Amino acid sequence: MTNGGATGRIEINDLGIAFSRNGWTVEAVRRFTLMTTPGEFVALLGPSGCGKTTLLNAVAGFVTPTAGRVVVDGEVVAAPGADRGMVFQHHSLFPWKTVIGNVEFGLKMRGVSRVERTAQARDYLNLVGLAGFERAYPGELSGGMQQRVGIARVLVNRPRVMLMDEPFGALDAQTRLTMQELLLGVWREVRTTIIFVTHDIDEALFLSDRVAVMTARPGQIRDLVSVKLERPRAAAVIATPEFMALKARVLVQVREESAQALSGPRP
Amino acid sequence: MGAVPEAGTAPLVSTAVVPADAPALPQFVRWGRPVRRVLSIGLFFVIWHLLTKWDVDLYVRFQNIPAPWEVLEEAVALLAGRAFYVHILASLERIWLGFAIATVLGVMLGLLIGWFRFAEDTLFPPIELLRPIPAVAWVPLSIMLWPTERSSIVFITTLGAFFPIVLNTVHGVEAIDRQLVRAATSLGAGRAAIFREVVIPGALPSIVTGLSVGMGVSWICLISAEMISGQFGVGYFTWLAYGIVKYSQVVVGMLTIGILGMLSSALIRVIGARCMPWLPRRVKDEA
Repeated sequence: MTNGGATGRIEINDLGIAFSRNGWTVEAVRRFTLMTTPGEFVALLGPSGCGKTTLLNAVAGFVTPTAGRVVVDGEVVAAPGADRGMVFQHHSLFPWKTVIGNVEFGLKMRGVSRVERTAQARDYLNLVGLAGFERAYPGELSGGMQQRVGIARVLVNRPRVMLMDEPFGALDAQTRLTMQELLLGVWREVRTTIIFVTHDIDEALFLSDRVAVMTARPGQIRDLVSVKLERPRAAAVIATPEFMALKARVLVQVREESAQALSGPRP
Repeated sequence: MGAVPEAGTAPLVSTAVVPADAPALPQFVRWGRPVRRVLSIGLFFVIWHLLTKWDVDLYVRFQNIPAPWEVLEEAVALLAGRAFYVHILASLERIWLGFAIATVLGVMLGLLIGWFRFAEDTLFPPIELLRPIPAVAWVPLSIMLWPTERSSIVFITTLGAFFPIVLNTVHGVEAIDRQLVRAATSLGAGRAAIFREVVIPGALPSIVTGLSVGMGVSWICLISAEMISGQFGVGYFTWLAYGIVKYSQVVVGMLTIGILGMLSSALIRVIGARCMPWLPRRVKDEA
């Protein structure tokens, strides 16, 4: 289930995104530059409204940047595609499809035969620990299970990058921890690049190789923190001195940016 | 629900879903609902019986209203003959034809209008203009438009069902969660696939509501049309019976309409539920 580690190089070059609404222009992202290596886990961390979701949407191809560009493995992003699957904050599973039907969706779009796609979808459901739930409908699952289906649904396409927009934000604290560990286990298997948007400092540091701390709107990179904690990581890592030191460094910056976000955008 | 997986599964988290192996309810609760329903219909007949037996005259007058047993006798007599079935079949054929045409047209147009702005701009205004006109008001024009009486009545029936179907389909499409569309595109779906895999199933609950409402309206339109211009059909039969002073036949006609309407709505509900196994069954309080 590995992608060989050769794909998933993302270059976000001098990206600017602005929206016009009723004559007002809102600048969501300004001069944002970030490169990832293939198979890297990068978190975008920042106060709410800092443009991190907008940035993710630009990588997905949902929004067109007003300046700069996103390049994935040498190709400029122009439209959404299965090589850049997204896991949304509120599960966006198709309610009318069973769990396996949801996971098979991308393969069906590619014209993979029914037998083949069922087999592959089962593999990925096993990977996220949902074997046995193939015939259930999304509405019958818990929030954590729904997000696991969402992850399997993206990974079955073997994307160059998996984009995750606060995927565990709506879960309770215990489930969130379990899901973070599960995600790391899955990522160890598939080794796809992950860009993970969150406003939770512990979550960002626990999961990532690097954390991009973002400024208040318009979103820029304020600090790029390398997290050199040993992998595989267990939940206990958040109590280590190394983790605490990183957290202290990031916390100060995030608090300043949150205060900035409250007092309005910078000129 | 049939969707619960068979083997090795922990309880599925579900709030408003009746699990397949729901704990057996106490006997009186399980039988309570059917019994109450039968009693409710029974009570209706008892009240009807008393009103006609005592020839109640309290502004509304029951002297000329046939009693339940008279109606029953009449119904038995009619069902023993052939003529009554000809009327029923004529009405059923018109309903089936009119409703089928309205379903095909209404769902197709509704999907287009709901999804494509161009279709909304070009197709929706005339529909909105014609919608407030009651189908009965179409009867004179319909007789002029269509060559046969049968086709003109089918036209009226189609009209009645068409508007609720098209409107509900449009609303269903417009209410589709845009996030689902985004999800589909980021999983590799093209425009045609989005229409097929997201728009149509997403609008389905609303379409079924439209069909359900449309079925009711098309019965109303059918009976009205048959009463005004017809030589067959339950509506014609009922109106004719009034003209020749056979009041118990009037009531048999009315009850036949009620039963046929009820059965066809139930049919739509059953088919709808079959098509949408993902919808949770609603649970009401046992109070």
